[in-house]
Amino acid sequence: MPARRLLILTLSAGLALAGGCARHDGAAAAGPGGRPAQVLRFGNGSEPQDLDPQAVTGVPELNIIDSLFEGLVTGDPHDLHPVPGLAESWDISADGLVYTFHLRGGLRWSNGDPLTADDFVQSYKRILTPSLGSEYSYLLWFVAGAADYNAGRLSDFSKVGFEAVDDRTLRVSLRSPTPFLLKIIATHYSWDAVPVKVLARYGPLDHKDTGWTKPGRLVGSGPFMLKEWTPNQRITVVRNPFYWDAANVRLDAIEYYPTDNGPTEERMFRTGQLDVTSTLPLPKTDVYRRDHPGELQIEPYLGLYFYRCNVTRPPLNDKRVRRALALAIDRERLVKDVLRGDQMPAFAVSYPGDSGYTPEARLSGGVPEARRLLAEAGYPGGRGFPTIELLYNTSDNHRLIAEAIQAMWRTNLGVDIRLTNEEWKVYLDAQHTQNFQMQRAGWIADYLDPHVFLEIWETRNGNNDTLWSNPEYDRVLHLALNARSEAERYADYQRLDAILVDECPVIPIYYYTRVFAMNPRVAGWWPTLLDIHPWKYVYLR
Amino acid sequence: MLRFISHRLLQAFPVMFIIITGTFFMQRFVPGGPFTAEKAVTPEVLRNLNAYYHLDDPLWKQYRDYLWDLCPKAFHPSAFERGLDLKEAFGIDFRPSFKYPNRTVNEIIAEKLPVSLELGSYSLLIALALGLPLGVLAAIRRNTWIDYVCSAAAMTGICIPTFVLGPILVLVCAIHMGWFNASGWYGPIDRVLPCLTLGSVYAAYVARLARGGLLEVLNQDFIRTARAKGASEARVIFRHALRGGLLPVVSFLGPATAGILTGSFVIETIFQIPGLGREFVNSAFNRDYTLVLGTVILYAALIIGLNLVVDVVQVALNPKLKFE
Amino acid sequence: MNAELKPATAVEAQERGRSPWHDAWRRLRRNRLAVFGGIVVVTLLVLCVFGPIFSQSFRDQNLDLGSTPPSRAHWLGTDTLGRDLFSRILYGGRISMMVGITATLVALVIGVSYGAIAGFAGGKTDAVMMRIVDIMYALPFVIFVILLMVLFGRNIVLLFVAIGAVEWLTMARIVRGQAMSIKHMDYIEAARALGFSRRRIIFRHVIPNLMGPIIVYTTLTIPAVMLLEAFLSFLGLGVQPPMSSWGVLIKDGADNMEESWWLLVFPGTVFSLTLFSLNFLGDGLRDALDVRSSKD
Repeated sequence: MPARRLLILTLSAGLALAGGCARHDGAAAAGPGGRPAQVLRFGNGSEPQDLDPQAVTGVPELNIIDSLFEGLVTGDPHDLHPVPGLAESWDISADGLVYTFHLRGGLRWSNGDPLTADDFVQSYKRILTPSLGSEYSYLLWFVAGAADYNAGRLSDFSKVGFEAVDDRTLRVSLRSPTPFLLKIIATHYSWDAVPVKVLARYGPLDHKDTGWTKPGRLVGSGPFMLKEWTPNQRITVVRNPFYWDAANVRLDAIEYYPTDNGPTEERMFRTGQLDVTSTLPLPKTDVYRRDHPGELQIEPYLGLYFYRCNVTRPPLNDKRVRRALALAIDRERLVKDVLRGDQMPAFAVSYPGDSGYTPEARLSGGVPEARRLLAEAGYPGGRGFPTIELLYNTSDNHRLIAEAIQAMWRTNLGVDIRLTNEEWKVYLDAQHTQNFQMQRAGWIADYLDPHVFLEIWETRNGNNDTLWSNPEYDRVLHLALNARSEAERYADYQRLDAILVDECPVIPIYYYTRVFAMNPRVAGWWPTLLDIHPWKYVYLR
Repeated sequence: MLRFISHRLLQAFPVMFIIITGTFFMQRFVPGGPFTAEKAVTPEVLRNLNAYYHLDDPLWKQYRDYLWDLCPKAFHPSAFERGLDLKEAFGIDFRPSFKYPNRTVNEIIAEKLPVSLELGSYSLLIALALGLPLGVLAAIRRNTWIDYVCSAAAMTGICIPTFVLGPILVLVCAIHMGWFNASGWYGPIDRVLPCLTLGSVYAAYVARLARGGLLEVLNQDFIRTARAKGASEARVIFRHALRGGLLPVVSFLGPATAGILTGSFVIETIFQIPGLGREFVNSAFNRDYTLVLGTVILYAALIIGLNLVVDVVQVALNPKLKFE
Repeated sequence: MNAELKPATAVEAQERGRSPWHDAWRRLRRNRLAVFGGIVVVTLLVLCVFGPIFSQSFRDQNLDLGSTPPSRAHWLGTDTLGRDLFSRILYGGRISMMVGITATLVALVIGVSYGAIAGFAGGKTDAVMMRIVDIMYALPFVIFVILLMVLFGRNIVLLFVAIGAVEWLTMARIVRGQAMSIKHMDYIEAARALGFSRRRIIFRHVIPNLMGPIIVYTTLTIPAVMLLEAFLSFLGLGVQPPMSSWGVLIKDGADNMEESWWLLVFPGTVFSLTLFSLNFLGDGLRDALDVRSSKD
């Protein structure tokens, strides 16, 4: 009977398909035969936009660029304090305005060309060129004339404070004393030199689309060089023989895998396709803690998770309301039961222990104080409190936290808020046009200094977005920049933190941690607050 | 038939034009742009970026310049030997991507389209190989246990979404059994799980539509006549019933093939496949104007072409139809 | 006396006859699987509409509890924030059913009319109508939805519009294909010969004879709609927390599959049960409405 035969045929076809799969050796996925000894397979989050240090802004790009380029100074692998990089030493003038860097002898690019101080000057000219449109050029604005050149107000680059005194000496003249300049250079790629002569071969210097970053073209100064770039598949970097410290580089190669889906990445880790992941899905944290503690990595991360308030919209224009909301969040419970990643509850804006600074101001008083403040503001027991809307960008984590806080506010204060999720760009647009009442936000530090979190709330700062303006705050911030010693500067910062805790233009919730999985064989890796791990020290046991 | 096809190809031009225009302008009225980022871009930098990408030109001028770039301006089909470069071959320039400035949209499509085509073709084959027999069986043995089993199998494919089936398959076959990689698109073995996942869902649709369509036809008079004339069951089905019965499947497969060939966002995310499906969605999320237009144009070309094929096949299947 | 009345009433009874709808209903009632499907669907509907009144809160959190398997206190377990899964499924069912039925109806009405008119009319009308369908297929969906949200704000009606706007296209194509094939059938020719208006022919002759594929595709559209709603909630359109829908619950369950199997199994089972039942019901309807069915 044809019907029965067809059915049997279909079933057997299905079985053949399923059973005919050869048993596959998961470990061989990334290479032929057994695994080469010193190749690190790194889950890198999303696909990098580009590998030009002067044209990108994200963390996945940072991880790869750090292997391809090195700066004048680099960060110590244990705590990222500035140590000699391409520059073997430097002098700082007494007034803190002139830095003179002495480059090592015999420096070369990865194509063998000599690397000189003029390469740095030409690179800085490129990143400050207005038509390039580099988004991190503002990290060079500390240098005399740089901001003007970048804005197009100055057209003669020789007037900007960069000078190649000779092939091995670079002089940088600042606009005003910048105590954290070396920290910025140590950890941020915007101060890295690019091989301008090589770039020029592929197109105009101020064009981002010349394609000079492709394999076979990209030339760098770091411990590794680019070998392969298959978009959305893998980026491979291999040893750079021309690197000045090549002898001490332990890894032979690093393979970066763009893994923008957390659960997928975790499965790849489990089958041995990855040695390090970029994140760990929330439900897995406890599982790893319980079953594979050696693979779970939880590292403090210099970032703040907060809710931004638009202080022009009632009832958030009353600082008592903002403080009440801030106090009514049970942060310990949030961290312990919802986030589970050993995050630190945040009772102030600045990060405790950031370069030796810990804020003394603290949101204190808990729920009773919150209720008192709310009643004082005219909403006893939450009666009459208008429904405010909390915006967050689509993400399971943000949603869970928002739902938990929504419940806390309802239980503790009798206040009902409405949650609205928005797609990323719509959410950002709402932020930059201040079209929100309350909005979830995160701020990750670009360099290791308390200044990073405090400068945002200045009146004119483009990232303020709360429309909060406090002249006293602005004044003290400027005082801090001109402080004569770190102690004096930190004292000013304490005053700033106190103002922020008192007025609560933003509601700090917790400080980030990075939760991810790592193969215990990975060594030469120390937790740092910026999640930067200089690649030349990393190796596999 | 040739006249029909040439008419349809001519109609393709205004259709494409409307699609391009519609997409071009739709994008600009949506909040957020390619440079909207978490850390605010300073006004000077934004000015520079807009100047560089000509985003500060009046909108009609940007539109006109873009259309000109898109127009085929050359004819070097030999360039295809070196790769799928539309710019070299026909002078069609989709411009650089906003999100990935060092790559042009031409390059992105050239890299990713073959992957999606491969994923899609195998999935389609699986869908047909699984779905057609199930549907046909269910129809010819209507309301017997065979029908229930086949229909249930088909329904399972619809009830279990890809974002559930995919991870389950990976967990069972890759992690516990170790037969496959958890993700990636390196060797032939990596094709199996993604294509199976994607194919199963479409197989379910094919099965259900085939069953429905066949049931319609099996009650027609000409089937009764054929049976009365003593034709065997197999002949009745394959020579007479299937042609009409597969009509809804064919109609469905037109746009479905276009969708499956341009990849699936969910499958590519779960299995980390470097295909075009993700770019369709991500480019919209990134407000990557040029890449959105590139993917839309590609998809439109496929839709137009496949619907044309479907219409031709429909006429071929049904002798009563004529080309109009 | 009585003997004279009986033949008259007997003849009357025969001549009164039965309407085709009555026939269809009888046939449907006799199809046990379809009846079973119908009962299940109605039960679920009733549960979802009235159940929440009696069940626990769907939004009361118990952070100490977290995610727990089924127990006496929580029949189907709890989710990550300690909320009762059973009530969340009930509340989610309200949303999913409402969206599923309404959006599918929108797609059905538009798609069937459009496809039938195009297929029946043929020629230039068909060409223009189908080219419009081509255009709408190609326009980017994500951008279209975001644009809708910008123009009209964010409300539930917009959800139906957005989903309906996408789903009617394939329905139209399928119906058009079928309409084209039956256009030349004898009974249609007869209707034309009788001088019926084209509108009457389309809506009273063509469409009823396309019921088979229409019903089948409708039962296929409903799950697609429910899952599309989950995707749209990703864009910010759709239910907002703490409310949820089956699609969102299933997606969350998939992420928690290994640690908390109940978060996937129960919403998934309810979802599948609904769809299976709808399909059996649909098959039964199709069989019942099929005038050429070999039954009776």
